[in-house]
Amino acid sequence: MKHKGLLIDVTKCIGCRACAVACAEANNLPQEESLQLSATHYTVVQGINNDQTFVRRLCMHCNQPTCVSACLVGAFTKMDTGAVLYDENKCIGCRYCMQACPFEVPRYEWGSLAPRVQKCRMCYERVEAGGQTACADACPTGATAFGDRDELIKEARKRIDENPGQYIDHIYGLTEAGGTSVMYLSNVPFGDLGLPTNLPAEPIPDLSWRVLSQIPKYTVTAGVVLFGIHWITSRRAEVARFEAEERKRSPERNTTHTGERPRR
Amino acid sequence: MKLPRLATLSFWKCVAAVLILIGVVAAVERYSMGLGATTHLVDTFPWGIWIGIDILVGVGIAAGGFTIAATVYIFNLERFRPILRPTILTAFLGYVLVICGLMADLGRPWAIWHAMIMWNPHSVMFEVAWCVMLYTTVLALEFSPVVLERFKLHRALKAVKAATIPLVILGVVLSTLHQSSLGSLFLIIPSRMHPLWYSNIIPFLFIISCVAAGLSMTIFESFLSSRAFGREIELPLLTDLARVVAVVLALFFTVRIQDLINRDALKYAFDGSYQSWMFLLEITLGVIVPFFLLIIRKVRTSKAGLFYSSTLVLLGFVAHRVNTAVTSMERWPDRTYFPSWQELGITMGLAAAGFAAFALIARYFDVFGEKTHNEEQHAPLRAVAMK
Repeated sequence: MKHKGLLIDVTKCIGCRACAVACAEANNLPQEESLQLSATHYTVVQGINNDQTFVRRLCMHCNQPTCVSACLVGAFTKMDTGAVLYDENKCIGCRYCMQACPFEVPRYEWGSLAPRVQKCRMCYERVEAGGQTACADACPTGATAFGDRDELIKEARKRIDENPGQYIDHIYGLTEAGGTSVMYLSNVPFGDLGLPTNLPAEPIPDLSWRVLSQIPKYTVTAGVVLFGIHWITSRRAEVARFEAEERKRSPERNTTHTGERPRR
Repeated sequence: MKLPRLATLSFWKCVAAVLILIGVVAAVERYSMGLGATTHLVDTFPWGIWIGIDILVGVGIAAGGFTIAATVYIFNLERFRPILRPTILTAFLGYVLVICGLMADLGRPWAIWHAMIMWNPHSVMFEVAWCVMLYTTVLALEFSPVVLERFKLHRALKAVKAATIPLVILGVVLSTLHQSSLGSLFLIIPSRMHPLWYSNIIPFLFIISCVAAGLSMTIFESFLSSRAFGREIELPLLTDLARVVAVVLALFFTVRIQDLINRDALKYAFDGSYQSWMFLLEITLGVIVPFFLLIIRKVRTSKAGLFYSSTLVLLGFVAHRVNTAVTSMERWPDRTYFPSWQELGITMGLAAAGFAAFALIARYFDVFGEKTHNEEQHAPLRAVAMK
């Protein structure tokens, strides 16, 4: 299956929260309003500039997700639909995913004695079955559009080109952190929307892999060097011991060293 | 200058007992009420002092283990042998406490064994987990001769002694990997950390600083042991270690400042923000002041001078780790963190438990190698220790 995605057009959003309501329903979450993502809010609608502009927040479903690379037990998987899913049966609860996610999306069930990480699942089952996400289904204005990521990029480009001056000439999520499945179009600066603007264009997992990939080389080299040093220094100690004994046995030979040394 | 007389020994025993008790109460609450009710951790601040102190500092102060083991076995500097065993014990206890701290911090601690069978080599946390497992095992084996001697298990003792060199080499490799990987954990968080602490050379900074901290811990521990067990202190050895600490501090300072200049981040050190003050505190009290103290011969060769300098290095080390894991993530006003009493209680309780465990083990086992080295001197020493 081609990687799917969501295109969120901030200029079309009217802040009706239909997406949040549909999301809660689709995921069996309590219907309560919130301005911040939480373990029971996979998506929220935030008002910006005195509610002149509205922006949805949800998991970005990165192309090369930081959480997938950060999780030591591999509890996160990038699925064939593009969704990034979490498996509570693997999770040990270290919360490195929460710390690592550049979009600060994964949320924790802090009140639970067996806490899970929670976040948007890009309606994996529905999409797998050929449908679209609940939020895109519910959106009355087309502010959230579902489709193949490739097609959404084309559509976004088209909207920017056909409406000069209406959009900032940038598709947020095209290259951010190596590209994401959820992308934004906006008429206000992306930083004002609360989206991080200081992200590298390279996939963030590369930052760790650059170091991690050196471990085998380091291990072998360090092992060999340490063994070598040990060999030399213990040989030296052995020689020193031998020479001290020699000196004790025959003090006159001490000055004219004959080069007779213990052999190994 | 005389060694400070920091109240009587029984006073410190009471303090340790109280701290451990508070820690136990905090642990009971944490396991019965969950992380949300007992910590000040939230979604936007998922790591607190259990990571910053229990894990990062616990592993750091254990660095004396690989340093001294390498000095004695790899570099064959036999005269450092008297401090080898207590340092290995300190390192081992450090790692045990790290695991205890981890059990408190993990949301699903019963699943910790997943790390053994569910592999993700792309995760720095995976490297960290394996280093903890393997190096704790290596430290246990490195310390095991003390236990095996005590129970006269000569065959096992012989086997362990035969494997000493490979064990030590493995220990050095694992330990350096582990120290650096704790720094590498933060490589993946460029956008969230303050530029005074985020750096792509953070793994190297972690290795350099842990050597200073590990050796300072050895000095610190020697003084406490000398006081608690009425032992004579190995002053010339500790002076040599102090010299190394001074050099390592200078190296750390140089690399740290050069890195800040390279990234054009030095300006943040003087911008008057909360982070800038924490940075200045960390680098002044923990690096600059102890460096200048230790290059003074009189300080380096006096008991009190060594004690105070090593304490400063350790405090500076704690500051560096806590600043990296906590301070650098804080943003006033919407992202701040101060630990709950349960978080502080478990951290302090574990630290106290570490000291208590060291004292107990030192009382019942030949940790200072006196039995093996000078059998005849042992009787009066034990008499002092039993007081």
